[in-house]
Amino acid sequence: MPGPYTPALIRGMTQPRTRRDAFRIAGLSAAGLALAACGVQGQKVAPPKADAVADFWSKQKKNGQVIFANWPEYMPEDKGPLEKFKAETGISYEYKEVINENAEFFGKADPVLRAGQSLGYDIIVMTNGIQLQHMIELGYVVTLDQSKLPNFLANAGEKYKQRSYDPGNVHTIPYTSGVTGIAYNTKYVKDDITSIAALFDPKYKGRVGMMADAQEIANFGMIALGIDPEKSTEADWQKAGAKLKAQREDGIVRKYYDQNYIDAVSKGDIWVTMAWSGDVFQRQLAGEPVKFVVPDEGGTIWTDNLMIPKGAANPVDAMMLMDYLYKPEVAAELDEYIQFVTPVPAVQDLLRKKADSATGEDKQALLDMIDSPLMFPTEADYAKLRTYTPLTTAQEQVFNPIFQSITQA
Amino acid sequence: MRRGRLGDRLLHGYTWLVIAWLSSPIAVMILFGFNDTPSKSNTSWHGFTLKWYAQLFAIPDLTDALWNSVLIALVSTAITVVIGTMLGLALGRHRFRGQGTTNFLVFAAISTPELVMGASLLSLFVSANLPRDRITITIAHVLFSLSFVTVTVRARVVTLDPSLEEAAKDLGAGPWATFRQVTLPSILPGVLAGAMLAFALSIDDYVVTSFVNGSTLTFPLWIVGSVKTGIPPQVNVMGTLIFGIGVLIAIANAVAARRRAHT
Amino acid sequence: MRRLTPYLLALPSWMWLAIFLVVPLAAMASVSLQTGNVIDGFVMTFSFSNYGDAISAYGTQFARSLLYGGLATAAMLVIGYPVAYWIAFKGGSRKSMYLFLLLLPFFVSFVLRTISWGFLLSDDGILFGTLKGWGLLPPDFHVLATAFAVVAGLTYNWLPFMILPIYVSLERVDPRVVEAAQDLYATRSAAFRKVVLPLSLPGVFAGVLMTFVPATADPINAQVLGGTGNTMIGNIIQTEYLVNNDYPTASALSFTLMAVLLVGIFIYARVLGTENVLEAAAR
Repeated sequence: MPGPYTPALIRGMTQPRTRRDAFRIAGLSAAGLALAACGVQGQKVAPPKADAVADFWSKQKKNGQVIFANWPEYMPEDKGPLEKFKAETGISYEYKEVINENAEFFGKADPVLRAGQSLGYDIIVMTNGIQLQHMIELGYVVTLDQSKLPNFLANAGEKYKQRSYDPGNVHTIPYTSGVTGIAYNTKYVKDDITSIAALFDPKYKGRVGMMADAQEIANFGMIALGIDPEKSTEADWQKAGAKLKAQREDGIVRKYYDQNYIDAVSKGDIWVTMAWSGDVFQRQLAGEPVKFVVPDEGGTIWTDNLMIPKGAANPVDAMMLMDYLYKPEVAAELDEYIQFVTPVPAVQDLLRKKADSATGEDKQALLDMIDSPLMFPTEADYAKLRTYTPLTTAQEQVFNPIFQSITQA
Repeated sequence: MRRGRLGDRLLHGYTWLVIAWLSSPIAVMILFGFNDTPSKSNTSWHGFTLKWYAQLFAIPDLTDALWNSVLIALVSTAITVVIGTMLGLALGRHRFRGQGTTNFLVFAAISTPELVMGASLLSLFVSANLPRDRITITIAHVLFSLSFVTVTVRARVVTLDPSLEEAAKDLGAGPWATFRQVTLPSILPGVLAGAMLAFALSIDDYVVTSFVNGSTLTFPLWIVGSVKTGIPPQVNVMGTLIFGIGVLIAIANAVAARRRAHT
Repeated sequence: MRRLTPYLLALPSWMWLAIFLVVPLAAMASVSLQTGNVIDGFVMTFSFSNYGDAISAYGTQFARSLLYGGLATAAMLVIGYPVAYWIAFKGGSRKSMYLFLLLLPFFVSFVLRTISWGFLLSDDGILFGTLKGWGLLPPDFHVLATAFAVVAGLTYNWLPFMILPIYVSLERVDPRVVEAAQDLYATRSAAFRKVVLPLSLPGVFAGVLMTFVPATADPINAQVLGGTGNTMIGNIIQTEYLVNNDYPTASALSFTLMAVLLVGIFIYARVLGTENVLEAAAR
């Protein structure tokens, strides 16, 4: 069977070839590159040496264009921030809302990047988690040039400069964040829920929603046991697994949800659920009876991150745009639209100033945002927030089955 | 026969009941296209508005995605109907070497999990260094609709009496004339049914498309992505338009058919 | 020339299937025998144990999928046959209009349909909330997050794929033949059994093939409408592939699923009274 997949082989495909070669190529695509044809050996890369990074960046120059791939509805419809960037720098942009889901995006990017081809994007956005870790481990993400990040270094909150999944901001900088906590329907739940124990309370039997994602649910199992997920060990996972399994077997959980838990809790199908802050904020704006809390024992913070995929054609322009998004007024414009948690603390004041000069509905909308802990968590909230368990590939193979055997039985 | 008429009336009502059942979520979708929601979530009722109709094309990527979907559905349906009908005829009418294998492939194309089909097609396109765009999406859509058209057409072909075609040939009609004047009219209901299935499969596909789309967006892809922040009401309006145009086509078709029947 | 006809007719589809289906299937076969992980790569080890491991780990979900798929297919047949029958014999000039209306809801994204179902069927929603308000249902009654909801969802989603092929073969039957048969056999049911039903069997076979197979493999309905303990094999394949990046297990599961479905269709064809499934499919 063929050896490692090389550009030479790709070139070879455009040239006449023998039957055997055709078979080889079929076999390759068969093995699916990503799926690693026989003999595609480890792709894991050692972290690039500092001078190699400097060398890479010294060879790059501004090309006057950038292609930005993002999730839908993560940029105002008038593309305001991008338009301003274009006006200020002369760099034209293409903006594509092509990322729907991390796992799916990785599944799609992996074969392309593994084949040494370009995704065709200069900036992509992915949430911290297993797939992002894979991207970094596989060397699919360009090492950033720290000297090109003045706005980020000046304006990002401390919490956002120290992320355990990317220490030193080597590969990524945050785009927007959210908190995983508990949401409950105040029409059905009359008590004030403050503790994570509510998710395990037999009082809410059959009315509790948990998340299907292995990391999310593991976090809450561990937090309920007083374990910090970030520092957890295999024994902790087993304990959390046992607790979550008991919760399921006692009939407390109605369902393990992906996205649609928010509909279920706002309609009252479930009363208490694990939830993402941004979803709940939207429901509150719509006047639905849902409340969000970061449990006393702790919640988790997730972050969507900007990064440059390997093979990007315009890395310098990409870095300029990434850093530009950290100008407070630009970050404010983004956050006012996205309505998640911004990594730039100055945004709160800017929006307050804007609210002062606004009137009527606009003013009210801005005030709602400024005052919401869902968009601007308090210091006390931040103090309670934990981050995901960083997993190696070997650990993942232990970690995932523990929790998937609960959510997917 | 008296009893029969009552039975027919009951069945008539039942047919409409099934149509109503299938359309019931569409009614909700249409309703929420008129919802004056103050937030990004569009799931609770806040009063009537037409503003989403006015701002229908305010989200350029969504508009592009819709056109891509319609275009891809039309082209892939056209291709699938032609080659699927040919295969359906071959399988239903003829005996040939490789028939068993062909039947197996038709079965395999239906039973391959969508995810696996999408992922392995992507690998194929990557190794052929083929850029992913509307063309690769169309290729994939033809692939997964092909069996549905083939199977539907075959179900029609096997009920036909081949002697008609023999007669046409005996009367001196060439193969093309025989096909156009005898075969095609008699298999037409199967071809039309297959076309409708292919169109429905294409315009609503998510999984396979999500692998082979490159940076091209389709309507379902954009919607799935927007679930994270809340599906904007414009999506409901576009759905309503698709449905509305469909209803108009159905009515026009019925009227035209009635005219034909009367003349 | 005559002898060449079937080959010429099949040629374009053959090419399509050979390039875009056979190559990927070969790929899947190869991957299903490899071992490794996404970071260190996968190596061909002819690890047939991937199959055994996958089946023993997920036997429950396999059995459940076949059960749900089978129940949904039976429901579609029962619900859909009368519709196909009525449209074929009494639809008159509006036949295509009825068919089109049956399919039209499926031209609009499944996400919107799904959300709407959630709205209609929620525990205290416009349907059950009202009935509960009248005391017609116990307060804890719910449909969402149950096996029933999953089977109903599968039935809903694939029903037109059952109706259309049955219609297509019934439409060929001359209504006068049925009337004559009714005179001959005296009862409607006897006429139906002896004349209409046999003529519609190719359509029923096509309908079952086009609904049972995809319904059994479907991941979406279990994910959206099911609760704990309703996970189907399609969901597992998705998780193994996308989340765990365990491509060999996902491929082994997919092949096993295809094999199981093929056996299912084969048994069904035997019940229909044909010697060979492939022949049955060709009938």
